[in-house]
Amino acid sequence: MAATVTAPLPPEDGGGPGGPDDPGGTVQPPPAEGEDAPRRVKASIGPDDHVFRLLARAGGFTVLAVMSLVGVFLTYQAWQALQVAGWSFFTTSEWNPDSGVFGIAAVLTGTVLIALVAVVIAVPLAVGTALYISEYAPRGLRRTLVSLVDLMAAVPSVVYGIWGLFLLQPELLVVGPQGDGLPRWLATYAGWIPIFRVDGFDPRDPIAAGTALTSSTFIAGIVVAMMVTPIACSVMREVFSQAPAGEREGAYALGATKWGMIRTVVLPFGTGGIIGGTMLGLGRALGETIGVYLIISPVFEIQTHILENGANSVSALIALRYGEASPFAISALMAAGLALFLMTLAVNFVASSIIARSRSGAASDA
Amino acid sequence: MTEPHRPSPAEQRAMGEDIAAGDAPTATIPSVRVGDTRTLPAVDAAETTELTAAPGAPPRPEPRSLPEVATRISTQPGPDLAGTTTLPRPSPGGPERRRVTTTLRATDYWAMLGAAAAALATAGLLYTQLTPFTGLLGFAVLSYLLFLGVYALLVSLDESGPAVPDRVAAALAATIAYVLLAGLALVIVFTLVRGYEPLLFPNFLTQDMSLAGPLQGLEVGGILHGIAGTLIEIAIALAITVPLGILCAVFLNELPGAFSRFVRTIVEAMTALPSIVAGLFIYATAIMLLGLDLSGFAASLAITVMMLPIVIRAADVVIRLVPGTLREASLALGASQWRTVWHVTLPTARSGLTTAVILGTARGIGETSPVLITAGFTTNLNLNPLEGPMVSLPLLAFRLIASPEPAMIARGFGAAFTLMVLVLVLFVLARIIGGRGPGRLSRRQEHRRVRRSRRDAARMARRAAQRANAYALPSDAPAAEPPR
Repeated sequence: MAATVTAPLPPEDGGGPGGPDDPGGTVQPPPAEGEDAPRRVKASIGPDDHVFRLLARAGGFTVLAVMSLVGVFLTYQAWQALQVAGWSFFTTSEWNPDSGVFGIAAVLTGTVLIALVAVVIAVPLAVGTALYISEYAPRGLRRTLVSLVDLMAAVPSVVYGIWGLFLLQPELLVVGPQGDGLPRWLATYAGWIPIFRVDGFDPRDPIAAGTALTSSTFIAGIVVAMMVTPIACSVMREVFSQAPAGEREGAYALGATKWGMIRTVVLPFGTGGIIGGTMLGLGRALGETIGVYLIISPVFEIQTHILENGANSVSALIALRYGEASPFAISALMAAGLALFLMTLAVNFVASSIIARSRSGAASDA
Repeated sequence: MTEPHRPSPAEQRAMGEDIAAGDAPTATIPSVRVGDTRTLPAVDAAETTELTAAPGAPPRPEPRSLPEVATRISTQPGPDLAGTTTLPRPSPGGPERRRVTTTLRATDYWAMLGAAAAALATAGLLYTQLTPFTGLLGFAVLSYLLFLGVYALLVSLDESGPAVPDRVAAALAATIAYVLLAGLALVIVFTLVRGYEPLLFPNFLTQDMSLAGPLQGLEVGGILHGIAGTLIEIAIALAITVPLGILCAVFLNELPGAFSRFVRTIVEAMTALPSIVAGLFIYATAIMLLGLDLSGFAASLAITVMMLPIVIRAADVVIRLVPGTLREASLALGASQWRTVWHVTLPTARSGLTTAVILGTARGIGETSPVLITAGFTTNLNLNPLEGPMVSLPLLAFRLIASPEPAMIARGFGAAFTLMVLVLVLFVLARIIGGRGPGRLSRRQEHRRVRRSRRDAARMARRAAQRANAYALPSDAPAAEPPR
């Protein structure tokens, strides 16, 4: 800030000690005699700074306006549909806005399930990778690994979707006509757990078709996990690497092994980062569209069997149905979008407050 | 230098005898080494003064209370041995060898290799001979579990207690990291391998799909319209995002207060906006309300709404990293606020800002869902963003692979390949530019800066000379040459 300190000058002081040939000379105020009055400090800004501040404020205001417009308009548009549907919006599974019967019970369940599968897969991967990069990896390799993880976050979601659709599902998870692979194994040996049950498919029946195991919540969740892991991982890595060196050395000095040090210093220090990174990944997983859309075959009933063919999510619903041009249908989709947005917003908010409140605190940019 | 351990009298006696008996050679040290007190390795100042005091004087009455070195020297009689130092004798086995400080030992390698071999052999035996197991994934998982078990066993033979979980945890963390990277490699390699085929046809990058029917082979038609659309859309989005985003980030940092805190909160909230909802917002406002076409411009707006919070946030973090001392130095020199921002803050943060923008671009380029809703679909090249539908690469890939025709699917993979290459290039660019910390310059930038400051110095000198001339008397010497 161009603050000029104007010290009270005695009136008899003329042009200053410098004179005209020393324009850069400093004006020394004579020492105050007697009393010791506080200096008057006055910041005066020039016209250029006025313009700059105006411009910066205008920029901030524009961004604020655009962002608020999105929220306000979303709410306003959604209101129309919400008024028609009422509370049944949250309990109805079908999606027929033009006949007035629509709700997000099915898609919201599907969204949450896909996101949960993704997070369950992503968190161990992210924690392990973050620990490896911040603690175990050779120094020279560290930067490369960080770059690779960042690159993983930059890979377009359509590429992950194509990978899931053409490689993961047919070649790795549901192989051949009988659908050999992890889902079938889970259905066979863990089928007694309700979420792993597959209706209409007997895994011990040799001629049961594997197509019952395709396009499921589980496979969509794996694809989303690929997109979520790098995001969670980079938050965790950042927090782990901030664990104070003094405490690390203290642990070593007490005779801890490296794992002992990690367990007693790094992990407790990074708890906030682990939770926050997980939540951040969860927020991203909830909003993921294309990867999910490519994998699932949409169903409009509450589908809690994660291995079974058929799943749905809010974003996939929007991508599927935006073409129905009737304004009311759009309004209904807006309502679904608003519900999704509020959910991700809540998750992100909790995530950032957990990260900010943890010991590793404000320094991490999560 | 502190003495952690003072020898007990008995020990000292033993030492003294040791010196008297075995250390006779100290007296016969060649004169070359004598007197160089600087080479005294372990004697502090007090001891040195005692040494210099020693020669003429008789042996001190209490030599035993002194540390070893001083004891040794002061017991040597004779004036010509002033300041004699005992140098450490070379170790018996030639020069000392450098210690290996690596934390890995040969046994670690062997334990790991042995465990891997044992695990593979056992899993192979189980799979081929003993059980009806099938499947590659199961084999991998089983052999890995066996590996962990055998590794723990082998380590527990060598080590004890907490070393075993330590080794196992290290192995586990490394495996997880490399599994993740293998997943990434799988995605990239799969895209590149499946997608290179259409790129062998030169028309793939130079034609659009207007001439290619649904059953047309790869020799006609291409993704030119997708490439052009991607570039146009991202250019428009960047033209809005970069100035506005950086301006907003500057605002957040330069004018702190309640209002900027509020803006920051809203921006952070908006990073949670799912991209499809951004697309839906533009669809409902720009297209349904304002009557815009499904067009490239609408798609750019959707991408902008999605990218803006990401870029603002990244730029905010980078600008916050600019050292406050630099800013204060500029202000203290009398620069105004906007000059400080323009000449100090932004140039210092330049590489970080570039990285933020490039990574935001990579996100924006790859985003399919907002484009899906707002851009429409066409098979023709459309260079006008304001009119008519326009496709971009991710949208094209998405649409083409949904087709049942193998040629179309191949084109979809080709589009994904091109997109992936684009993202990789952007990413490498970001790493090259963003590798430096705030304020670090490349050689060329440094040269440029040096040249500029030389110019400034010359200019100031000229001004000073002019001023001096103006005030000088006319009879004085001619105008002073501006010093170089």
